[in-house]
Amino acid sequence: MTETLHQCWTAIREEAKARRNAFKEAAVPKIHIGMATCGIASGAMETKKAFEDALAEQNIEARIHTVGCAGHCYAEPVVVIDHPASGFPPIFYHQVTAGKAKMLTNLFLKEGDPRFEHVYGATEINELIPSVMEFPRFNQEKRIIMEKCGRIDPEDIHEYIAEGGYETLVKVLELPPEQVIAEIEKSGLRGRGGAGFPTGRKWALARRAHGENKIVICNADEGDPGAYMDRTILESNPHQILEGLMICAYTVGARKALIYVRAEYPLAVKLVTKAIEQAKELKLAGGNILGTGFDLDISVFQGSGAFVCGEETALIQSIEGQRGMPLHRPPYPVEKGLGGEPTVINNVKTLASVPPILEHGADWYRSIGTENSPGTAIFSVVGDVLHAGLVEIPMGVSLRTLIFDICGGVPNKKKFKAVQIGGPSGGCLPEHFLDTPIDFDSLTAAGAMMGSGGMVVMNEDACVVNVSRFFLDFTQKESCGKCTFCRIGTCHLLGILDRLTKGEGREGDIESLESLSEDIKDGSLCGLGKTAPNPVLTSIRYFRDEYEAHIREKKCPGKMCRPLTAFYIDLDKCARGCDACVGCCPVDAVFTTRNRKKGIDQALCVKCGECMVACPPQYDAVRKVSPPELAPVIERPATKESHP
Amino acid sequence: MMLNILIDDKKIEAEEGKNLLQACLDNGIYIPNLCHVKDMAHPQASCRLCFVEIEGEKKPVPSCSVTVREGMRVKTDTPSVRRLQRSAFHLLLSRHFIECKVCPANRKCELQKIAKFLKVGLKSNYPLLLPKAVLETGKQETDESHPIFNYYPNRCVLCGLCIHVCRTTHGIALLTFAKRGIDTVISFYGEEDVSRLPGDKCLACVNICPVSAITLKSLS
Repeated sequence: MTETLHQCWTAIREEAKARRNAFKEAAVPKIHIGMATCGIASGAMETKKAFEDALAEQNIEARIHTVGCAGHCYAEPVVVIDHPASGFPPIFYHQVTAGKAKMLTNLFLKEGDPRFEHVYGATEINELIPSVMEFPRFNQEKRIIMEKCGRIDPEDIHEYIAEGGYETLVKVLELPPEQVIAEIEKSGLRGRGGAGFPTGRKWALARRAHGENKIVICNADEGDPGAYMDRTILESNPHQILEGLMICAYTVGARKALIYVRAEYPLAVKLVTKAIEQAKELKLAGGNILGTGFDLDISVFQGSGAFVCGEETALIQSIEGQRGMPLHRPPYPVEKGLGGEPTVINNVKTLASVPPILEHGADWYRSIGTENSPGTAIFSVVGDVLHAGLVEIPMGVSLRTLIFDICGGVPNKKKFKAVQIGGPSGGCLPEHFLDTPIDFDSLTAAGAMMGSGGMVVMNEDACVVNVSRFFLDFTQKESCGKCTFCRIGTCHLLGILDRLTKGEGREGDIESLESLSEDIKDGSLCGLGKTAPNPVLTSIRYFRDEYEAHIREKKCPGKMCRPLTAFYIDLDKCARGCDACVGCCPVDAVFTTRNRKKGIDQALCVKCGECMVACPPQYDAVRKVSPPELAPVIERPATKESHP
Repeated sequence: MMLNILIDDKKIEAEEGKNLLQACLDNGIYIPNLCHVKDMAHPQASCRLCFVEIEGEKKPVPSCSVTVREGMRVKTDTPSVRRLQRSAFHLLLSRHFIECKVCPANRKCELQKIAKFLKVGLKSNYPLLLPKAVLETGKQETDESHPIFNYYPNRCVLCGLCIHVCRTTHGIALLTFAKRGIDTVISFYGEEDVSRLPGDKCLACVNICPVSAITLKSLS
């Protein structure tokens, strides 16, 4: 058996390496374009087309290499041009529009001028161009899960194999499963879906559970607003997830594996389906894998996009064709899951961590991160940060380092106000928590939670009450409607928050929010309900004054809640005869005063803020205030031209 | 095998494998509940009323989802149990159209029974969450899509018993939950062919409904 295994594998690996070397050593320039959903949304398709056209036009021979996403969303579409003949190292270009693509083809590929004004950095250390590795956004990350993301073509299994992929699976297939589980337990890997359950223990429970048809499921039902870690990994390196899934299946003794992806991720579905087919062709999946006698049937299940289906019992119900409603646990799926069989459900990032752990060993993994949370965490950092995108950092790094050093801090000279971690189940942490280390236990202690990796940074213009309202609106809509607290309770929370943001808050509202939140937390059936009040509870805990301002002064400190704000024009600054704000007002609320300055008719104003944008910076005359009474009254002169 | 358990200082015996709520009910100890029926394979645990405190556990747990253990010590009347029960009950009431006098469930209604037990009135602490039209007209909504039954969504407490009983009676449920969140309702699968339905020969869902949210058309 071992001989056939090694023979098969060596043939596959050598083939893959030969392909890679042929590609690498080809003398022509290579253009690597990030083509994951984020890249495509920013125009990577057009960029690729522009390169193709320009190359054909100029009659230049070059290879276009489509890769996944490296996480640098702020820079999309990202292109790396490797033009050895020019004497320059491979260069990272950001925001490569179609026009830029054409220009780079003409000037760099043809004439050898890399156009320094457009260069972001070289991808390797060299003497000619500063390397991106000198930037904190690149060098402070620690890539384990996303190591190959953005470097390989997700549609070509050979590229993954040439980079050392599936090597761990081959190694594992010769080991007793218990030894593999022991190694995972020793590594201290905790589930990356949010709850942080020890993965090794889950696998051990599943291995011991009785059942002829055990199943392993990769949970890619990612649904937090603003989080897209799982999608990016699926679109950039699906094989690493497959490898982790296969190792999991082998160790727990499953013959069937499922990848549960939401149908709203069409590219991820397409790429992971293709990855499975390619693995089957090479006999890395399907029947009798590499001649070892281990069979594994892997398929993709497309979820319909209900947030609650990320909860494991609801996920199982949904696969079984039932309405996606969570069940009471226990029994846990590892004992009795899909079709009553023991079922292991692991998050995408958990499974993608498995191959590197087994490749380098548990001790290596433990050397990264903290004692109780080893390894790395991936966050999709969005909101008011300069370098938004996916960041993989070792656990234990502080929030400050992540937000200010790695992601470049808050842009436009605004002040940092809060960070929402863990999406709708997480919490909102203020400035004095910036030195909190990022790990499962510290974040939970602070009232937030690790979650699956959503992180929204807010500047001083954000209103925490409105942000809580946003998240409650989400959970309330996504509640499956099964249990009383989640179905009705979240709706009442939303009702109170709605009133607060409209300036209709009453004394006692904060206390009602708190007590109802506690009841929902203790009384709900599943994780969705139990965590739904977290944004409310943490924001009250850390920003109680803002809630009070909404109620007592009808004031929104972030000036975000429209009914509590007003715009007016500072007559000392307004320039006589300037009409910039008049034309942009969608409701004709701006009028001209007797001395040919401008005023805003508060009765007509819809508070869109367009006038503030339109006012030329040298005048900067439009002011926004809260509460609205602070706006001075400017009489509209009664003329014939005045508004009817 | 019979197990000994202690409920509020009362010793009772319960068969191994039985769920705690059923064991209590069998021994004359009432715990408020809406979504539980005897011998349900997997408890729904959805009404969130049957909370009890069990020694050794930090927080109250729904008793329908706990299997009895030897020597278990249970309290059914602690402040935190009552807090959760009352809260859940008030939440249900905030979505329930009160019209007891003309309601067919009057006097046998589970909500009335629970209100009496929890010593609370039938007026919710929370503002009513009924659809605008209902609040304005004072008339509740009726779903008349079924040929034989009427369904009253503003009465329904979504305990799911009708679905459960239909499935156990016919092997397949002829009604289902539909929509989600606060808008969740019980729905019949659209306009069914009457000849394919059991018709008024089977009134299982009507009879099991604790609040008369499903009634026979001919009676309303």
